[in-house]
Amino acid sequence: MSISDIKKEFPIFSNKIHNNDLVYLDSANSSQKPQSVINRVNEFYTNEFSNTGRSVHYLAVAATNLYENTRSSVQKYINAKDKNEIVFTKGATEAINLVANTFGQKYLDQGDEILLTELEHHSNYVPWHFLRQSKGIKIEFAEINNDGEITLESIEKKINSKTKLIAITHLSNVTGAVLPIKEITELAHSKGIAVLVDGCQGAPHLKLDMQDIDCDFYAISCHKMYGPTGLGVLYAKKKWLEQLPPYQGGGGMINDVKKDSITYGDLPNKYEAGTMATAQVIAFDQSIKFLEKVGIESMIKHEQELIEYGQEILKRNNSVKLIGNPKNRAAVLSFTIEGVHPHDIATILDEDGVAIRAGHHCCQILHDKLGISASARASLGVYNTKEDLDQLNSSINNCKKIFNL
Amino acid sequence: MNIKELYQEIILEHGKNPRNLRKTENFNKDAKGNNPLCGDNVHIFLKLDEDKKVQDVSFEGSGCAISMASASIMTDLMKGKEEAQVKEIVNDFLGMIKENPELKSQNLQEDEKTKLMCLSGVKQYPMRVKCATLSWHTLISAIDKTQEEINTEN
Repeated sequence: MSISDIKKEFPIFSNKIHNNDLVYLDSANSSQKPQSVINRVNEFYTNEFSNTGRSVHYLAVAATNLYENTRSSVQKYINAKDKNEIVFTKGATEAINLVANTFGQKYLDQGDEILLTELEHHSNYVPWHFLRQSKGIKIEFAEINNDGEITLESIEKKINSKTKLIAITHLSNVTGAVLPIKEITELAHSKGIAVLVDGCQGAPHLKLDMQDIDCDFYAISCHKMYGPTGLGVLYAKKKWLEQLPPYQGGGGMINDVKKDSITYGDLPNKYEAGTMATAQVIAFDQSIKFLEKVGIESMIKHEQELIEYGQEILKRNNSVKLIGNPKNRAAVLSFTIEGVHPHDIATILDEDGVAIRAGHHCCQILHDKLGISASARASLGVYNTKEDLDQLNSSINNCKKIFNL
Repeated sequence: MNIKELYQEIILEHGKNPRNLRKTENFNKDAKGNNPLCGDNVHIFLKLDEDKKVQDVSFEGSGCAISMASASIMTDLMKGKEEAQVKEIVNDFLGMIKENPELKSQNLQEDEKTKLMCLSGVKQYPMRVKCATLSWHTLISAIDKTQEEINTEN
């Protein structure tokens, strides 16, 4: 598929926002959905609906096959070794909570340390804070450098004999910095430390290869990956899923239930209690097909051109200050305008149909470090174009005009 | 609705140079307001005299042009008003921002009403209503606080 055809796959772009074409620059928050994904949800509920894994009738068998088919697609897409290393969750948030909860329960004791970074989204901090409260573990933060990056050295500095797990983002949702997660994992493993990667931003924009990265856990948010809401993926190495206790109890995750004892099901059922987001899982297969149709290499090339172009025009725009200057940046351009609060920027841009986000983007630790309470964020999806970024720049200029800058 | 009706000169001016952005000396009431989704915050300081009349009111905090202008205009016009009048004006303002076409309060002069009506454009921007109302809700929370509560907090 050629890059110019991508937008046509997304029906939302045929709508007008305040009489303007939609310039959607909020994909780090959530991406738009291609027609094929939307149709798949509809088609499943219309003609194929049944619960999975429980009944023997025709529809149940077909739905189970479709559901498991997505698991295989995800396995292939992220190059996991085993299909059963893919666990569906209600989101990346639940995926991280699952690990914090089960890993915490089994392997963490008072005084043990979890190492995060100052770039982390609240969803990769709050679950660990729960353990700080319940178990008395300690949380350390690797510090960013002046360019808004996390280096291998900054991680190494905070590792000690008490460090049990490193939980880091793959790609910062504020500075756009891509973290050297393969090197971090290598370092961590050499010291017997497990690694969880928050892949919310990494998964939609970077090539994923779990066997190459070698991390222990990788959390994916499907709605940021041109897929349905209410769905996430936890990749976890098989040895962990086998060793860790179950997360939620309920139907589907058991093997044998007696009045005095319960045994749990095999992988991946052990971690998928209750009726899952069946339609979303089945539709997510279309998201992966869409990404494969675009081609991962062409997507990365296209988005890299956009990010470089975006940086260039915003750097040239007086009074716009880009947040961070990472050497390896992807998909995210956060900025401030001297004299205009980010919420005012977002409201004024919206009038032109330009959708951005303003606030702390669930990264209060980072904003505190930067000494600001909020920032404006333009984030890219594969459907964006240079024209979108030109419109962003011209709407920023309009914003400056309204504020007499 | 044009964006310029929201960002009128008076809003921009108050947003840029907010009045009473300071801490009242010897304040006897205060409250903090916080907008966790935006990260905006305001701290209102109030000094009521023996007759429960506003001797001074001020605020500290940071936020967008709408929230700063709203706090600035509010603190300006509350000075000299009695506690009961303040509450009545706050209710009237919140009603106007939410649904009423105009302000009905007998406790406001015409020029004060005109000033407040500059914020009425916010109505068209549901996500921004909280910016305009944060300092007003916080003022009420300061008034309703007992002295003991402030002491425990301090």
